[in-house]
Amino acid sequence: MSDNPIIRIENLGKIFPGPDGEFYALEDINLDIRRGEIFGIIGMSGAGKSTLVRCINFLERPTEGTVYFDGQDLSVLTKKELYKVRQSMGMIFQQFNLLMQRTVLSNVCFPLEIAGIDKKKAVERAKELLALVDLTDKTYAYPSQLSGGQRQRVAIARALATNPKVLLCDEATSALDPATTRGVLMLLKDINKRLGITIVVITHEMRVIEEICNRVAIIDKSRIAEVGSVEEIFTRPRTAAAKRLVFPEEHSIEILPGRRCCRIVFDGSSSFEPIIAGMVLDFRQVVNILFADTKNIDGKAFGQIVIQLPDNELIADRMIEYLRGKNLTVEEVDGYV
Amino acid sequence: MFDPSVWTMLGQGLLESIYMTLVSTALAYLFGLPLGIALVITDKDGIHPKETFNWILGLIINLLRSVPFLILLIMVIPVTRAIVGTIIGTNATIVPLVIAAAPFIARLVESSLKEVDKGVIEAAQSMGASSMQIITRVLLPEARPSLIVGGAIAVTTILSYSALAGFVAGGGLGDIAIRYGYHRYQTDVMLITVVMLVVIVQVLQEMGTRLARLGDKRK
Repeated sequence: MSDNPIIRIENLGKIFPGPDGEFYALEDINLDIRRGEIFGIIGMSGAGKSTLVRCINFLERPTEGTVYFDGQDLSVLTKKELYKVRQSMGMIFQQFNLLMQRTVLSNVCFPLEIAGIDKKKAVERAKELLALVDLTDKTYAYPSQLSGGQRQRVAIARALATNPKVLLCDEATSALDPATTRGVLMLLKDINKRLGITIVVITHEMRVIEEICNRVAIIDKSRIAEVGSVEEIFTRPRTAAAKRLVFPEEHSIEILPGRRCCRIVFDGSSSFEPIIAGMVLDFRQVVNILFADTKNIDGKAFGQIVIQLPDNELIADRMIEYLRGKNLTVEEVDGYV
Repeated sequence: MFDPSVWTMLGQGLLESIYMTLVSTALAYLFGLPLGIALVITDKDGIHPKETFNWILGLIINLLRSVPFLILLIMVIPVTRAIVGTIIGTNATIVPLVIAAAPFIARLVESSLKEVDKGVIEAAQSMGASSMQIITRVLLPEARPSLIVGGAIAVTTILSYSALAGFVAGGGLGDIAIRYGYHRYQTDVMLITVVMLVVIVQVLQEMGTRLARLGDKRK
């Protein structure tokens, strides 16, 4: 718990009345989101993450517990006070949710209109923001004339218009292709750095978390399963829910029974060199690569590889030692997959 | 083909029909638009869910809509007399037209507003928009093309209703068609009035469609 979090979620629960009795969408959620960080909330669909993000700005009113925004308990606010607070929390969505009958400029002006800001000032501010998201040439276009990535950038500009302290992103890249996703994520990272704005990212994709988040909470079956730094959770997931998200898709890997497998995590502490190939040459024993997803960032290796070790127990043990000696996190996964 | 006086009468009838239709449409929207908005926002998925209120409002609208116009025309005679002071002529016809059209328009408005993406409404709420701001700045502007198409449907329907008012000496082209075509067997006069009505409907509908398309930025 940090001393002065921008968002503190306390014992939060949300019950929806359902056809067969009450349904707990969220149960006993406690989270602190620190000032200036990019905080990820990841979970499978139906885990409750969208409800959780809507509880942060009280679009959904929690049925239990509360949310403190900048020290202010949101549950005691009047409607008008809540409207005011929401102006300090921008939000972007999977489907962008732009006003289709307004130009790009007018969309970015929209939250300023709502806040009652003078039109001339609003236009000025909107143009600044369009420059920030690199869409000046689309100022007078309509959303229907833009690509998905451009629409999301307009939505980001719009969400930033009122100078919010927090930007909530609800599956903001889930409707975008991988290249566009990367562009949007880089923009978010840049905004976080430049404006110091706290960003909360809701997603079901571990890649998004890896790419931009500092810390992450894993939500599973309406509860928080695990919270920690991204490196921590990525290299040493403790709960089953975390493992499910961190590991490559289970069904794509077929492992012969009785043979040992291990997962090697590259967390940037080793240099980008052919470690597996080197090991195979050193031991003169082949390993079967079941899954590999690594990338080279500034000469450092990030990502993971799952290999199947040779039958010989002794060699397998020595291989694990060898990999650990290369500063890699190695764990056996035979019991899991 | 006709006596000039017949043409004068037809011209007069045309103007009366247009007058009745436009005034009735405007007045019917005065009631129908807020009712339509009320239906949408008090719906269980609306921004101000009030299920009982919504159910009662819906019931009243359905009741009014299920009364055949010809019956309504006669049923509301006391109301007409109280408001207009007379029960014949164009102004007297406007009263039943508004009563019949307002609930119909409420449903048209309702269906147009329900086309607005829920996500956009949610986005506005996330910015701290009040319900009034959502209605005036999101729901109505975003539904504009659909509302205009609805308007064209409303105005043409009201025109055809207004023609029925001829049965109770309501003025306009319908009145002429009944008096000359039906009572006096002057089929030619009746046919001319029908042609005129067809032309007005065509023009109004086309205008509505074009206006809607022109103002729609989704394409």
